[in-house]
Amino acid sequence: MLNVGQIEEGFVLDHIRAGMSLSIYHHLQLGKLDCTVAIIKNARSNKMGRKDILKVECDINTLNLDIIGFIDHTITVNVIKDGKIVEKRRLSLPKEIKNVIKCKNPRCITSIEQGLPHIFVLADPQKEIYRCKYCEEKYRENHNYNLF
Amino acid sequence: MRHLMSPLDFTTGELDKLFDLANDMEKHMERYAHICEGKKLATCFYEPSTRTRLSFEAAMLNLGGQVIGFSDAASSSASKGESVSDTIRVISCYADICAMRHPKEGAPMVAAQRSSIPVINAGDGGHQHPTQTLTDLLTIRSLQGRLSGLTIGLCGDLKFGRTVHSLIHALSRYDDIHFIFISPEELRIPDYITDMLKAKGIPYEEVIRLEERIPSLDLLYMTRVQRERFFNEEDYVRLKDFYILDMAKLSLAREDMLVLHPLPRVNEISVEVDDDPRAVYFKQAQYGVYVRMALICTLLGLA
Repeated sequence: MLNVGQIEEGFVLDHIRAGMSLSIYHHLQLGKLDCTVAIIKNARSNKMGRKDILKVECDINTLNLDIIGFIDHTITVNVIKDGKIVEKRRLSLPKEIKNVIKCKNPRCITSIEQGLPHIFVLADPQKEIYRCKYCEEKYRENHNYNLF
Repeated sequence: MRHLMSPLDFTTGELDKLFDLANDMEKHMERYAHICEGKKLATCFYEPSTRTRLSFEAAMLNLGGQVIGFSDAASSSASKGESVSDTIRVISCYADICAMRHPKEGAPMVAAQRSSIPVINAGDGGHQHPTQTLTDLLTIRSLQGRLSGLTIGLCGDLKFGRTVHSLIHALSRYDDIHFIFISPEELRIPDYITDMLKAKGIPYEEVIRLEERIPSLDLLYMTRVQRERFFNEEDYVRLKDFYILDMAKLSLAREDMLVLHPLPRVNEISVEVDDDPRAVYFKQAQYGVYVRMALICTLLGLA
């Protein structure tokens, strides 16, 4: 078993679907932060068989985790302070997501306009429905949306 | 600065003000004949739509303003690959207000984000056509005297009809509305619309034949049933006559029922109906000019 050291302050994102950790690393823009990040891929899990884990050593007020709520709200977010878990944070759906998924509607202006960010807005929080800000096309999870 | 992207951008209170202004313009055209003097409307039409463009241009000319623009993408810089964002920033230097039609959905919103002048969505693909909905609402309010307490029949292609969907959303904000959807099975109103009506507690019925419910209507909104929407020719031939309004069907309707149509009409309303006082679709086109006049003045802050 691989050992990765404890962190003093930061986040441990557990129960990430195997193979998804790099996508989350990308969307949290961890590459831009000057902090220690451990990416554990394909760890054994009783619950999931295989899972990914991300450990991020950072000030707990610096990271906006909303986007994880959109990608997979079943991920466990442990908030670490002084080497201990101080909170298991519930993930909520972000009101707006920018450049995470691409609109698939071929009639949408995003299909031709250069440099236009792909923005989806939370149209119905109860039913967890996101719509393209421009054409209002509904995001459908099983339609293989291109992730950025 | 305000833009108009969707008919729901205005509250019902704001719409009342807009329609009052349009009605005043209808009665006193001369009072408004110079209100937009020195102002320019840019009609940026990336796809041809003679009716809508001329309606906007007539509206601006009635207000004493002037008009510049293009009427298809080939004669615009879009043919050279210019983005909508860049085009509107340039147009903002030339004109005071812009009406934009574009085949891509959301294009006017992109323009509005980058514009320093008000942008009116004059139709973006199958998405929104708010000035058509405002036209419909003004016509109903002017000729029926109210927008609440109405039984409204919508007939024809209710599945793909953008104008119908927008009108239902707009009318669902008023009290005591009852919808009757008249369409073949293939062209039924989409579930997301009926879900919205259920959630708001607005009563609706779905029927196949126009004759069934025409006697109970205050308003009949006709749309075209297009041959290409059907899976097979037999169904089209079997059903198409159900959705043609002729004098025989109209004779079943009340004397004060109104017949509206977004136009162009092909054969879904017999020409014999045109002279009946209940047929108001050509008046509707006139109200389209009044509502666009009121809208231009409102967005320019002149009203």
